Formats: sequence, structure tokens, C-alpha cells
Amino acid sequence: MEQKALSDYLMLLGDNPTILGQRLGELCGHGPELETDIAMTNISLDLFGQVRNYFQYAAEVMGNGATEDSVAMLRLEHEYKNALLVEQPNRDFAYVICRQFLFDVYHQLLLKELMSSKNERISAIAHKSIKEVDYHVDFSSTWMKRLGDGTDESNKRLSEAMGFLWRYSMELFEPTETETLIAEMSVGPDLGELKPVYLEKVKEVLNESNIELPEKTTFQYGGKTGRHTEYMGYILAEFQYMQRAYPNMQW
Amino acid sequence: MNKDWPIWEIFIRSKNGLDHRHAGSLHAADAEMAIQNARDVYTRRQEGVSVWVVESKHITASNPEKSGELFEPAKDKVYRHPTFYNLPDELKHM
Repeated sequence: MEQKALSDYLMLLGDNPTILGQRLGELCGHGPELETDIAMTNISLDLFGQVRNYFQYAAEVMGNGATEDSVAMLRLEHEYKNALLVEQPNRDFAYVICRQFLFDVYHQLLLKELMSSKNERISAIAHKSIKEVDYHVDFSSTWMKRLGDGTDESNKRLSEAMGFLWRYSMELFEPTETETLIAEMSVGPDLGELKPVYLEKVKEVLNESNIELPEKTTFQYGGKTGRHTEYMGYILAEFQYMQRAYPNMQW
Repeated sequence: MNKDWPIWEIFIRSKNGLDHRHAGSLHAADAEMAIQNARDVYTRRQEGVSVWVVESKHITASNPEKSGELFEPAKDKVYRHPTFYNLPDELKHM
């Protein structure tokens, strides 16, 4: 029972950075500037590095011949438990930055809690990842301010992005059965406690960015229990292509 | 309005105690972005512990056409090198 909760939790931890990393990877060669292109794909690589740590561990816990590759590449759509936020498309640079910012602030709070996890291996992964994620928060926060406090056009686009993406933010704090179980085992945090800290931090940056949260929001949930938006199938089709077309391919 | 970001020159110090060295240049809208970009473009393989950025327009370069008058007169003045001193035997590692 505890093993099952642990492997489920490790996949949950790995799935957000996997799908966000894939979305950022789509920008490779398409960033608005050469330097920004490199920055976004760098963040993508940071995320995949963290994912490997989670999935290697998950594969060990699962046994039965599971590997980090089978965990990452060979699951079906409903078996991925990433939040809806990270699968949203790169509509324009404002969407990319806004999605990144909403995730980064959560990711940083989560890792800070996981650093004191009772599970030593998860704690070690969190210690290793936090420095990268601190940088991600710096990067996306400064871009939030730059776009929000930039020109009328950049402010308008960022407001639009926030107006659309905000509805996916609260799913991050809605505990699944696995997360509740994991919190009881003192392996992961009580997400309810992180939510007010998150809201405060987000509002602080939005204030400086001259961006307001939408007045009325119907929050969307589902990704963390395997019910995804229509984008997810396309992401996986591309992400899994090599392993599906050439099973067990190594490179 | 010029829509291109200005160019910045990037200087990176690889270890404490060593000098900052010119690593290259990149585009950025402001100094903070230049530092972030430099981190992503030039320090991915642990090259640095410190970064300086300066907008290229603030660097004044010597004119290559004047290299004759600027540098050649030093050529035949070997006595400017400290090679004419006799070092005492006690002094090692010079």
C-alpha cells in the first residue's frame, strides 16, 4: 500500500515537469530571440533532469522490469497525472511566461517542503532541484514584470494570458488521494497550507506587473486524476513517437 | 523605434582570484536580462563564478589603423622587460 502510494506520488511529481518540459522544448528554434530560446530550452533541460531522478526512483519502487523510460514514455494518456496548467499550449510568449510563472512559484514552494520530506531520497532530489527552480522563479518573475510593466501591447497580451491560465492554477493545490496519503506519511506537504503563501507571492509579482487577476474564475480540475484537456493527446503523440515507433530504442 | 535589443559584452570570472575574461556578446533589453542570458548562454558548463555585463556601445576600442603608432614603438625597447636583473640565488620559482 505504501509502495503503491510512493510510486504514484513519484509519477505525480515527475509528470508536471515532464509535460511542461515538453512544451518548452517545442520552443527550441522558435524562441522570440536567440538568447530567450536558449533560456527556455535550458529550463526544459533542468526539468527533464529532475524528472529522471523521480522516474528512476519510481521504476525501482515499481519493479517488474519498469525503467525510467517505460515510466516516462509508455504510459497511456489517463495514466499521466500532470496538472492541466502545464499542458496548455504556447499561444504566444506571454502565455509561455505566464504558465511558467504560475508553475514556478508552486514548484518552489513544493520543493522547499519536500526538502524536509521523511523520505530521504525525495528530500535529496528536492535539495538538488531547488537551486534550478529558484532561478526559474527569478526568470519568469522578471519577465512577468517586464511584459506587464512594458508597453500597452505587452501588458494587454499578458493580461489575456493570465485571464485564461489562472483557471488552471488552483488544481495544483487540490490534493489527490495519493497526495493526501503521502501527507499523512510525512513524505509530502499539506497542499492546503501552501495555497495562501502561493496566492500572496503571485499577487506580489502581479502588483509590480500591473496585471490583475480575473474577477470571477471557474477553476478547472482534472489533470491530476488523469482527465486531460484536448491538447494532451497531441503532446504525447510527439513525446512518445520514438518509443512507440521503435520499441526499446536506445540512443 | 529600434526594435532590436542592444548588444552586451559578457565578462566571466572562472574562479575566485582569476580575472574576468571576455566570453562573447549577446542581445538583451536591459542589464538584468543580460546577466540572465549570460548565465544561460555562457555558464552552462560551470564556466563561471561571476559575470560582468556592459553594453557594447560603452566600450571604446582602439583603431586598428593606428596600431602602428600605438604599439610598434614598444618593439625595440627590450630594456622595458625585467630581464636585465640578476636574481639572487635564494629566490626560487621566478
